[in-house]
Amino acid sequence: MSERVDVRKTYKLFIGGAFPRSESGRTYEVASSRGKFLANAAKASRKDARDAVGAARKAFGGWSKRTPYNRGQILYRVAEVLEGRRDQLVAEVRAAEGVNERRANAIVDAAVDTWVWYAGWADKLSQVTGNANQVNGPFFNLTSPEPTGVVAIAAPQQSSLLGLVEVLAPVLLSGNTAVVVSSYERPLPAITLSEILSTSDVPGGVVNVLTGDIAEIGPWLATHLDVNALDLTGVDDADVARDLEAEAAVNLKRVVRPGTSTAQALTRITPFLEHKTVWHPIGV
Amino acid sequence: MPKFEYAPAPESRSIVDLQASYGLFVDGEFTDGGGTAFKTVNPATEEVLAEVAEANEDDVDRAVRAARRAYDRVWGPMPGRERAKYLFRIARILAERSREFAVLETLDNGKPIKESRDVDVPLVSQWFFYHAGWADKLDHAGLGPNPQPLGVAAQVIPWNFPLLMLAWKVAPALAAGNTVVLKPAETTPLTALLFADVCRQAELPAGVVNIVTGAGETGRHLVSHPDVNKVAFTGSTPVGREIARAVAGTDKRLTLELGGKAANIVFDDAPMDQAVEGIVRGIFFNQGHVCCAGSRLLVQESVAEEVLDRLKTRMATLRLGDPLDKNTDVGAINSAEQLGRIRDLAATGDDEGADRWSAPCELPERGYWYAPTIFTGVTQAHRIAREEIFGPVLSVLTFRTPAEAIEKANNTPYGLSAGVWTEKGSRILAMADQLRAGVVWANTFNQFDPASPFGGYKESGYGREGGRHGLSSYLEASR
Repeated sequence: MSERVDVRKTYKLFIGGAFPRSESGRTYEVASSRGKFLANAAKASRKDARDAVGAARKAFGGWSKRTPYNRGQILYRVAEVLEGRRDQLVAEVRAAEGVNERRANAIVDAAVDTWVWYAGWADKLSQVTGNANQVNGPFFNLTSPEPTGVVAIAAPQQSSLLGLVEVLAPVLLSGNTAVVVSSYERPLPAITLSEILSTSDVPGGVVNVLTGDIAEIGPWLATHLDVNALDLTGVDDADVARDLEAEAAVNLKRVVRPGTSTAQALTRITPFLEHKTVWHPIGV
Repeated sequence: MPKFEYAPAPESRSIVDLQASYGLFVDGEFTDGGGTAFKTVNPATEEVLAEVAEANEDDVDRAVRAARRAYDRVWGPMPGRERAKYLFRIARILAERSREFAVLETLDNGKPIKESRDVDVPLVSQWFFYHAGWADKLDHAGLGPNPQPLGVAAQVIPWNFPLLMLAWKVAPALAAGNTVVLKPAETTPLTALLFADVCRQAELPAGVVNIVTGAGETGRHLVSHPDVNKVAFTGSTPVGREIARAVAGTDKRLTLELGGKAANIVFDDAPMDQAVEGIVRGIFFNQGHVCCAGSRLLVQESVAEEVLDRLKTRMATLRLGDPLDKNTDVGAINSAEQLGRIRDLAATGDDEGADRWSAPCELPERGYWYAPTIFTGVTQAHRIAREEIFGPVLSVLTFRTPAEAIEKANNTPYGLSAGVWTEKGSRILAMADQLRAGVVWANTFNQFDPASPFGGYKESGYGREGGRHGLSSYLEASR
């Protein structure tokens, strides 16, 4: 009796809620930490990056206008689906990162818990980062947080799932939309996370995932005028990071520099917020 | 509306003791500069007020080293409650010498004494007073317990509110425990140099505040100095971009407060008298040299004619002239260079087919002047609707629906401020929600307060100044 041959998955990009191949037709070989062939991942191009930004911009209006309560619920739903697909993620994290099963389980646990932690922030931001300001005159004066817009993210290179969740979730909860460039050598958990997002009530285009080389795609994102912020956390090469930060100045993108802690913290959320202050006279 | 004739009522300038030349203020002392001294003039008369030293690279380095020493040895280790008392002293001294500062500001900048006396200088004192109280309460600034100062702050400020911008930069920096090297604008250095004398009277430790004067080159040396931990800049978007590029790849923290092209939106149910005053205040306050000026009037089509009639009537009563005269509403343009820029950009309004109307006022023969001007028939494609003019020039566009108003208001790379005029509360809140701007003034305009965060979205820069949010730009969470 011969063994069953498994059906393997094609790992594609995630843009605007769909899973296209790279328009460039390029793929690159992804191997496990032990060098075993895992899959051919799509190698995203300039055109893919621009499509992803377009999708993210289109999704921004709707996502940012949802009530914070609703965003929180949707993000919590992501955590539920993540939990449900944990076996697959454990296997992928093991293959990608070469960790044992126990460690891989702990990583997936942390990813789910991190997602839950950030989901819960959605409807508390304005109370914690906003302010009623006591000005010197008869004015109502209120400062409230708002999402900054489209955020391009370079996900961490080593931590293929947890690292990705740690940079993505804090961007989404306030209403930003994202274009993420995954870990180059460990991209598969990012695509599985995309499948989870696409089945978790997250509207298409809110998250767009590109697998490929940040040094190649990064400049197109850094110079794109429809991108409002750039998270360089996952850029390991200091020269590449400096160049991307300099290019981001073209439209004064908010920049998070490499090496910024990815630990759960409000300071992961605030770089992607704008604070708006509304004044109105008080009088009868 | 009748325009009453007033006899001249000039504020005396004898309260100001102008020196023939000024040096740099480094490490608690005035010193010579290694660059080429430059002259600062009274833009209302073109009279040379004083000669001012230019800081070269070595001078900037000297100032940064003095700031570093003061940070390491004195100001950083000092308990917040002690730092607070220095800031309280500064606030009080500024209030005591407010008339002197107001007159000097008006002489050097060209703004009406009414504004420097009643807006700029009182706010300056208030800014220090507000931040003094923060110095020993930093645990409540929103960064968790025991937040830390950043170190030496390099601060570059513009010429439109010379002393007020100094206060916006210096007060939070010092309250948080940083030391500063500040470069005032080359056309308006005098009140910053007089502020050095306030530091002396307050017995502020040497090196905590250093002032280097000069132009763009001095600024470049300052922001690119390797021993600077924080860069704060207020000025044009192109220069902000240049600075963002210069700090890329470093650990320097950066806040930028840049240009704007604010929409001031007037609905048909607006309180009309207040709205017209708000339009005037929005664009003609400080000769329109205001980054958050309401330079695009968006008026609902059904009331456009009425609003414009009333606006022109009101503009005809504006008094333009001697900035030291207590009745003056509109002062001098700050420099010949800026006057040239305003003229050039306004000329594109004519060329591109908009209709110009200027208030009928006589311009003095000497000095730099520009009559309050509005352009009607402006489309969104016109340069005068897209570019920051930074002068007393208003572009008027119309709209029919709230959605169209939002669309037009947000159709700009800037996002600093916006105004909304309507009596309908729910509409105010809906508009405020959708405007992509850091400050929204509803049924008011150009209000500032040290407790109120100020700063822009998009290409108007990043970070806030004022309030808890502004303070946090000078702190980092404890590690």
